[in-house]
Amino acid sequence: MVKQLSEFKVGEKGTVKSVAGEGKIRRRLFDMGVTPDAEVYLRKKAPLGDPLEVTVRGYELTLRKSEAECVSAEVEN
Amino acid sequence: MIKFALAGNPNCGKTTLFNLLTGSTAYVGNWPGVTVDKREGVYKRGKTPVKIVDLPGIYSLSPYTPEEVISRNFILDEKPQCVVNVVDATNLERNLYLTTQLMEIDVPMIIALNMMDAVEKSGDRINAEELEKKIGVPVVKISALKGEGIKELMERAVKCSEQPRKGETVLKDSAIAHLIRDVAIALGAQKEVSAPLFHAVKLCEMDELEAKAHEELVPMVEEFKATFSDDTFGTDFEAIVADARYKYISAHYSSAFERKNNAGEKLSKSDKADKALTHRVWGIPIFILVLFAIFHLTFSENFLYLNGFTKSMAWMPSLEELGMDTDNVGVQLLACFYDGALFSPGVMLQNIMGWLTGLVGMGLEAACANAPEWLSGFIVSGVWEGLAAVLSFVPQILVLFLFFSILEDSGYMARIAFILDRIFRRFGLSGRAFMPMIMGFGCSVPAFVNTRTLADEHERTATIRVIPFFSCGAKLPILTAIAGGILGAADAPNVDLIVLGMYLLGIIVAISAVVVMRATTMRGETPPFIMELPAYHRPLFKGLMIHLWDKLKHFIKKAFTIILASTIVVWFLSHFSWNWHYLPDENMNESILASLGMLIQPVLTPIGCGSQLTNYGWVFAVAAITGLIAKENVIATFSVLCATIAAGVGAQFEASEEGVAEIMFLIRETGITIPALIAFIAFNMLTIPCFAACATAKAELPKGKFKWTLLFWVVVSYLVSSAVYLIGEWWWTVFIWAAVAAASILGIALWNKKHPVKKAETVAIGEVAEAEAALSADENKGSNEIK
Repeated sequence: MVKQLSEFKVGEKGTVKSVAGEGKIRRRLFDMGVTPDAEVYLRKKAPLGDPLEVTVRGYELTLRKSEAECVSAEVEN
Repeated sequence: MIKFALAGNPNCGKTTLFNLLTGSTAYVGNWPGVTVDKREGVYKRGKTPVKIVDLPGIYSLSPYTPEEVISRNFILDEKPQCVVNVVDATNLERNLYLTTQLMEIDVPMIIALNMMDAVEKSGDRINAEELEKKIGVPVVKISALKGEGIKELMERAVKCSEQPRKGETVLKDSAIAHLIRDVAIALGAQKEVSAPLFHAVKLCEMDELEAKAHEELVPMVEEFKATFSDDTFGTDFEAIVADARYKYISAHYSSAFERKNNAGEKLSKSDKADKALTHRVWGIPIFILVLFAIFHLTFSENFLYLNGFTKSMAWMPSLEELGMDTDNVGVQLLACFYDGALFSPGVMLQNIMGWLTGLVGMGLEAACANAPEWLSGFIVSGVWEGLAAVLSFVPQILVLFLFFSILEDSGYMARIAFILDRIFRRFGLSGRAFMPMIMGFGCSVPAFVNTRTLADEHERTATIRVIPFFSCGAKLPILTAIAGGILGAADAPNVDLIVLGMYLLGIIVAISAVVVMRATTMRGETPPFIMELPAYHRPLFKGLMIHLWDKLKHFIKKAFTIILASTIVVWFLSHFSWNWHYLPDENMNESILASLGMLIQPVLTPIGCGSQLTNYGWVFAVAAITGLIAKENVIATFSVLCATIAAGVGAQFEASEEGVAEIMFLIRETGITIPALIAFIAFNMLTIPCFAACATAKAELPKGKFKWTLLFWVVVSYLVSSAVYLIGEWWWTVFIWAAVAAASILGIALWNKKHPVKKAETVAIGEVAEAEAALSADENKGSNEIK
């Protein structure tokens, strides 16, 4: 099932399908390794539920829910 | 001299390597014109000396953040003989992404595979020869931390720099390889373009800077786009390029990288710590506790509240009560650690420094016993007392700075940004703005520079403007001295509570000011927050000491140059009249300084330090002026002036190292009230920062914003301190302030409704009035407590 990264539950893994969003944000996501076929793992949410902590390409990346909405990913079962 | 540039991701150990290579010759270079922050040093251990330039840490060579542009321009324009690409081996995949971009520039290059010690410890293996073969650039394993592989790195880098290298791209198999080649050829045909391949790739990505520089080739890309279609990405070349880079990396790095089986599955120590520190419920309380502990350990004169929470609960006897001879030097040393209460480590160090400067002062006085009066006065009260006042608070600044360095080095600072982002967003900032702000507690200068990590210009300007409100180390003595004086004059809460209260006031003003700016002059969308959370490290003793040494050097330099000069000037102005006659201490009221102070004094009436004070009220005006040179001067000025006033009124006065006695003396002699003293702290905390900070702010702010920023600082400090004084003195004025604030909020809201997107260029006065609002309620509480 493909869904937005912002919809992931803590502990869910997935594979990035596409990255949308405005130029600057999208470029930044690419530069940080969030590209199609990258594996993502939603590790944690901040105490106030936002931002998110995601493991991607072997390191920890934090991004906001609003930015995670740009990333669509296939959930791994 | 040949020149090497260090380039790499943030946090990959570049600066550690830089310090290792350049040793003690490292210095922070200020480059003319642009806002550039490259550090320069010289590597001397090779056959020929090599100039090393440490570029800011970057993830990519895209044009979205200033430090990316700086690094990009440096490599392209300054043409270093070799680029040393520092790569964090524990995070190879993402680090190599930048490598694939650097490779495209026509410059000799070498990869320093850093943090190999951590990789080997985890049991993973990296085959450097394999990597070298695949990438086509020399690869050397190093550990900057342990100093391993450095010699080999430099030898190979020197060899590398001897022959030119043509740019290589990893995009040869990508869908747009043809286009890149064609554009590169077209660019190469123009003689002045060096590194055509790099420019070609950027142009294909339709990089803003590149498209502007080579407008004539844009149609070529557009034309190609029209005939092009990719299954996954359509005509999104930026995505195609990023994707191709990562695909290349995963294809080639897997054969060189051997991960130990079952690694990464087990919860590491760092994961366990992280679980608690960013816990959903406990994350924020833990953060507040950490902050409180830091301030307590640095400033409290009542360690762990062992002596009860208020004066009336105190039970520990003072040394005098224990029957000790307080004139004995040994007992005085003991009093640095315990006197009526056990002190916190920060205070102990401060006391020791005070004890030492006291001894030197006595020695000087004895040495000058036979000198003429003006000379001994000049040396003892003009030069030494001012210097001693500065030196005495160096220990506390260092302790505070040590704690912040630990937070930063351990990786917790980034988690704080993670925890707080949700809150910061409400004010129109990102969690990342937290880091420069918290650095402001140490010193505004590096904090201003650090705002470069903020990509959004409005966010940067707003952040720079409020950084001075995060009271820096140099403002601390104002706080401790005045809080100590208040404590001596009334049964107020502990000094650390007053200090913490003032720090909170600064934070509240900063937040309110940001909110207002983001609603008025700095409107715009909330900037993104996409950031790496570094792995937790145990802070290294050596690294911490480097931080501290840097800081110490900075202060000592300042103490012996600008501060020494200004205390001497103040002494002269206060001991000479307009007709250049030397005035003995008791005639100070006739001095140049006194007349200047008296001229300004009435302006300070709304903050309680103006016309309502007696004869010597002008000392506050003078102190505020000298504070513009350096904030350390405020208390130093009090020291110098109190001694002279005491001589004038024939009162007993003995200078104290922290300025507490000075404040108590001023309360007696000038009749200044406690609310006015607090207002005076607030004024100095919020007003124009020191010279050094102003110069940095001017360099970091966008063109034309500096004069408005100066005005902003003056207006905010004047209004806030007036509110503090008036509400503290007559509590009911809080309603007036609240009404004015409410009116201005309403005004802003209505104006924003009418002008949805239009941007205003000037600083609206309303923005300051509102800063008031948020704080007036809080301040009222604070001053009641103090009473």
